[in-house]
Amino acid sequence: MTEEIFEYAPAPESRSTVSIRPSYDLFVDGEFVEAKSDERIVTINPADEEPLSEVAVASEADVDRAFTAARRAFERVWSPLPGAERGKYLFRIARIIQERARELAVLESLDNGKPIKETRDVDLPLVAAHFFYHAGWADKLAHAGLGPSPRPLGVAAQVIPWNFPLLMLAWKVAPALATGNTVVLKPAETTPLTALAFAEICQEAGLPPGVVNIVTGAGDTGRAVVAHPDADKVAFTGSTEVGREIARAVAGTGRRLSLELGGKGANIVYDDAAIDQAVEGIVSGIFFNQGHVCCAGSRLLVQESIAEELLAKLRARIERLRLGDPLDKNTDIGAINSAAQLARIRELVAVGEAEGVSGWSPACLIPERGFWFPPTVFTGVTQAHRVAREEIFGPVLSVLTFRTPEEAVAKANNTPYGLSAGVWTEKGSRMLWTASRLRAGVVWSNTFNMFDPASPFGGYKESGYGREGGRHGLEAYLG
Amino acid sequence: MADRTDPPFPAPARVAVRRTYKLYLGGAFPRSESGRSYPVTSSRGVHLANAAQASRKDARDAVVAARKAFPGWSGRTAYNRGQILYRVAEMMEGRRAQFAEETAAAEGVSRAGAERLVSAAIDRWVYYAGWADKIGQVLGGANQVSGPFFNHSEPEPTGVVGVIAPAGSPLLGLVSVLAPVITSGNTAVLVASECAPLPAVTLAEALATSDLPAGVVNILTGRLGELAPPLAGHADVNALDLTGAGDPGSELASELEESAATTLKRVLRPGLHDDWTVADPGVSRIRSFMEIKTVWHPVGV
Repeated sequence: MTEEIFEYAPAPESRSTVSIRPSYDLFVDGEFVEAKSDERIVTINPADEEPLSEVAVASEADVDRAFTAARRAFERVWSPLPGAERGKYLFRIARIIQERARELAVLESLDNGKPIKETRDVDLPLVAAHFFYHAGWADKLAHAGLGPSPRPLGVAAQVIPWNFPLLMLAWKVAPALATGNTVVLKPAETTPLTALAFAEICQEAGLPPGVVNIVTGAGDTGRAVVAHPDADKVAFTGSTEVGREIARAVAGTGRRLSLELGGKGANIVYDDAAIDQAVEGIVSGIFFNQGHVCCAGSRLLVQESIAEELLAKLRARIERLRLGDPLDKNTDIGAINSAAQLARIRELVAVGEAEGVSGWSPACLIPERGFWFPPTVFTGVTQAHRVAREEIFGPVLSVLTFRTPEEAVAKANNTPYGLSAGVWTEKGSRMLWTASRLRAGVVWSNTFNMFDPASPFGGYKESGYGREGGRHGLEAYLG
Repeated sequence: MADRTDPPFPAPARVAVRRTYKLYLGGAFPRSESGRSYPVTSSRGVHLANAAQASRKDARDAVVAARKAFPGWSGRTAYNRGQILYRVAEMMEGRRAQFAEETAAAEGVSRAGAERLVSAAIDRWVYYAGWADKIGQVLGGANQVSGPFFNHSEPEPTGVVGVIAPAGSPLLGLVSVLAPVITSGNTAVLVASECAPLPAVTLAEALATSDLPAGVVNILTGRLGELAPPLAGHADVNALDLTGAGDPGSELASELEESAATTLKRVLRPGLHDDWTVADPGVSRIRSFMEIKTVWHPVGV
């Protein structure tokens, strides 16, 4: 469609700021310690399938050791420490993350496959901000509106996903520590490396041993962490399916639980919306982070009268997206995080095609090695189609249309999920009318996928419960 | 080359370089435009230095600098202001010894006591740094009006604040009144303790290296009776913190409050027994220098 005016010149970010050890042990009680099990997981670069390192698989005995350390640190050091002093450790961590931001951004792109543009400009600044923000709460908890002297819960068991590895760690660890809890955290099996770099940062900050413990592994390790009898609090971000399993396991134990699960966010575009701006928002809503975003705007609900014009502009915009090397600073869409996730995306897309929905992707070169999926738009989708109902967690947009605001709201809410939604209109009263009817924890208007440590995030319905961030997020870690 | 730790010949007795204590105006360190200074002594009466004796004109210049800095400072993100206040704490930590020495001389406390005061002053910056991006959530929020309206209230900084710093606590007291004023986005013209102004000047030197934009904090040293009235009567000063203007109901405090009434300045009256060592002073000092803005918007298709 368009001619290239200039030849494309890649601008790869250097890997030289990163040194990855060939092998990592568990981080327990302030030190890297050998796992009791011999099992290891190889973590690879999803952009070329080359191994990056191998990490230990924590067994039940290893997890137990981590909880013992966390309990001891909670009782002897961390909960007796005045909030102002706890806060200073978090400020130190925030500063070290700022100082090492480039290194961590490159490491995250290598292990996760997401573009350096995103790790550098989104993930890492947010990670540092999250620690900085919560550091400031540590000595102000009495002002948070949760009672005059809120108390920490104890040891928090935390399991995080692979889509924003270090950011999800920050969302879990920063509020837990600020409120006086200690943690045992399990990073995702495909993206453990930045969590292990964070362990080194804890050492560099002089954080007392046992306050943060990091146990790597896969599903079995995760189950051992969330089911550990000495956990006072369980926090999980991941799939709704696993969230249900955890809620069942926690039932009857009296432990506190917060869950941040899947989504099928509706992005509603009214006929009076600023179309070019909406197109940018739709693109960032579904293609940001390869669509590996629980709050992605994966269902586009566009008012019928402007659907044709909007879709033409959307396709033209998507054709300009660059897919490829995550370390190239020009890359918009990086690699799919794992072979398993790629298979899941392919399966659901095949279902969509089998159900007769028409799919479109731009002509785009797919690298020979690694896991890749082109940006894809399904049109003619109805609410009955699986691509409109199930979370694909990939760069796949399903387009539906509506005629009236009531219909838009009804369709937007017609999902078991309730994490996010978008509303595009130039009319403020209509935006607020729509937002007030949407059953979703976060509603973006004339923007999408914005995050800030001061702003609470979390879902309605089967997208989970509890909030992360802001004054409201503190509640999840205070009794 | 031999590895020597001492010079090879006896060094002549070295004469120390002494520091000049100046005003802090618009990010620069000028002397008073009046050319005056006044002797400062320790709590035991030993001469320490000559401090600049600011004039009414210096006070007016300081208000101009503070007004000029207000749009930029209040327009920054709260997160950014918080980071800069934290940076002030970092800069003070690096100059602990100097602050401790000056505090000990000014307050007549032991070295250990002075160290504790310096630690508390540094921690106070950290405390108020944390408030920058939290005060809105604590003081503001949704108002459930009886009608189809989005109704939301948010605190905003009031503008230029004249601050009379407490006379008896020239470092910790000063930080305790200054930090809550600027964390929310106000800019300040501060009159330092008349009898013990040196820690304020040293603090100004830390502020100047903390990424704090010029004019956000302006520090005047001199005679309280000369500097406070022009601030109280100045039409471009929005609020007045009279903490250091004597006991509640003192003649000076009453006069200043009366003068401030002409332009309806917000006035924080002096407290009876301010205890600057309380670790969590709360939000009252921040709130005193903020306005509440309420926005209404209809909700409907």
